[in-house]
Amino acid sequence: MSTPAPPLTPAEPDERIAKPRLADRLIVRPEIGALLGAAVVFLFFSVSTEQFLTGDGVATWLDDASTLGIMAVGVAMLMIGGEFDLSTGVMTASTALVTATLATQAGWNVWLALLASLAFAMLVGAFNGWLVMRTGLHSFIITLGTFLALQGLNLGVTNLVTGTVQVSGMRSTDGYESAGFVFASTMNIGGTEFQVSILWWICFAAAAALLLVRTRFGNWIFAVGGSPVSARAVGVPVIRTKISLFMLTAFAGWLVGSINVLRFASVQANQGIGLELQFIVAAVVGGCLLTGGFGSAIGAAIGALIFGMARQGIVFARWDSDWFMLFLGALLLAAVLVNNTLRRRAERVRR
Amino acid sequence: MRSCRWRAAGLLATGALLLSACTGPKAAEPGAPDAGAAPVLDGPLRVAVISHGTAGDAFWNVVKNGAEEAGRQLDVQVEYQSDGDPGRQAKLIDNAVAQRVGGLVVSMANPQALRPSVENAVRAGIPVITINSGEQQSAEYGALTHVGQNESLAGERAGERLAELGKTKLLCVIHEAGNVGQAQRCSGAEKGFAGSTSTLQVDINNPADVQARIRGAVQADGSIDAVLALNSQVAANAVGGIEQVGSPAEVATFDLNSDVVAAIRAGDVLFAVDQQQYEQGYLPVVFLKLYHDNANVVGGGKPVLTGPDLVEKGDIARIADYVERGTR
Repeated sequence: MSTPAPPLTPAEPDERIAKPRLADRLIVRPEIGALLGAAVVFLFFSVSTEQFLTGDGVATWLDDASTLGIMAVGVAMLMIGGEFDLSTGVMTASTALVTATLATQAGWNVWLALLASLAFAMLVGAFNGWLVMRTGLHSFIITLGTFLALQGLNLGVTNLVTGTVQVSGMRSTDGYESAGFVFASTMNIGGTEFQVSILWWICFAAAAALLLVRTRFGNWIFAVGGSPVSARAVGVPVIRTKISLFMLTAFAGWLVGSINVLRFASVQANQGIGLELQFIVAAVVGGCLLTGGFGSAIGAAIGALIFGMARQGIVFARWDSDWFMLFLGALLLAAVLVNNTLRRRAERVRR
Repeated sequence: MRSCRWRAAGLLATGALLLSACTGPKAAEPGAPDAGAAPVLDGPLRVAVISHGTAGDAFWNVVKNGAEEAGRQLDVQVEYQSDGDPGRQAKLIDNAVAQRVGGLVVSMANPQALRPSVENAVRAGIPVITINSGEQQSAEYGALTHVGQNESLAGERAGERLAELGKTKLLCVIHEAGNVGQAQRCSGAEKGFAGSTSTLQVDINNPADVQARIRGAVQADGSIDAVLALNSQVAANAVGGIEQVGSPAEVATFDLNSDVVAAIRAGDVLFAVDQQQYEQGYLPVVFLKLYHDNANVVGGGKPVLTGPDLVEKGDIARIADYVERGTR
């Protein structure tokens, strides 16, 4: 028996197979900053207001976060894929208007009208993606065009068909009750009514997160967002992936539009304008990079949660609403700064 | 992959479970709200005023001033919130209900969208008063009363007055695309005016564009001799636009501000249709206080009208100071 050879540098194993510390493993997650921010906002309003933690209170801010969250998740996926969509806010109104017009003016069954508006959304999404890929122009410009066109279409067509600027009367259409059950019902949990949109939000975020981190398509999204040239070189179908992402965002717009039109039973032609920026903000707060290739769907959902908690928390705190936007802006800046710091640290950890 | 599938299955199962406890929204006409729940009426009265105005809107600031002044005088805690998006306005109402406020004042620019929230508040035993818009739906949704100006009547009055002043061709300028009240004003004006009327769509957020488009419209049709603005800022832009092209058109407007007062005084604006929105903030707080202390209701099932009050050159001396301090 010879003496065993001394182990190969046991103190310093190969860094590539090293098991990083828990803190370091957490810090490379894009959503960790948002999670911290959400915890801070949650604690702040839980302590400083009485109603924030009551059943009704929770239902209120979850409701506010839900539709924003669905959109933020869709927008985040597209941003990870390296593109923007400015037509998302107006898309929520356009799809709702298509549904409402077909149901109330043409007398279609609500389900059929919903299918038609879904087809419309898919077409617009595919058109956005196709044009971006075809022209090579930045998606910012292309979707700005779609945004303006849809805005005009919404107002023009609504006025033409109904003679006024909103479509109402959804409650007395065929199939309203069953469609309303799916998209706009409430769940009674412990004596409090929660909107079903919260469930949609959770399911959509979970599905998107699975798609992003567990499937080949998810890898493609990161690849086309990080570097389309290298992605194409290794055989990723860049065009197909990006067009699918635009369609996914349009789908989110359709989902939110349907939830809104069935819940509020009416649509205003100018609804949704300006919301696209809120979706992007929620996605960025949730850890998405504006340059693409990095981010998470769960993070975007949490970003929307921060937005919802802050927006309703301010009301619960009974602050003068004149200062509302200032607070929101400060909060968002803080969240983005925290994210940024964490991301830098994360990049150091990776290296 | 296996864990993923299990997770998906779990998710679906939870979803199904939650859905089974769901209640859909009521279709068509739901029955009258329950009168059972007792209102929370102890302690000092707290009133939430939730409007559809955007933050910083001069018109709604006067409403806010009215509500807060009434609150100070009557020892009522008044909180003012607003959001131009009907969905988010509905959420503000839900929020007030969650806080169990003692009274709710709501402007209903899009009544259908607010319906579930308003009815929910009524069911929770919170007295609701609607203001400004939504007169027709007010009683149906269970509100105590409506305080506001009937937009069609106000438009009609403005149209009549313009006809009396000898005008023959009217341009009605709509500045908010989604606002039903504005469409009602223009169609009211058309009815009262009885002459030829057309409408023009502009964007209130872009004053330069407002001016350019009004200028373009009066330039393109030299026979337009009256422009009806539905907002004081639009009126100022209209006066500027008309001056630039030397059109014979004269401007009348809805709503007052210090610019309009100056313009009426200078003869640039014929008159302003004042809906006296200060009353729309002030009166509901008084009514809710009366209801709270004495179970009084006002209006007898009919709306309480705050306008229209036509302000012309002869009235301007009296009113100027009130406009200056933000109460008219």
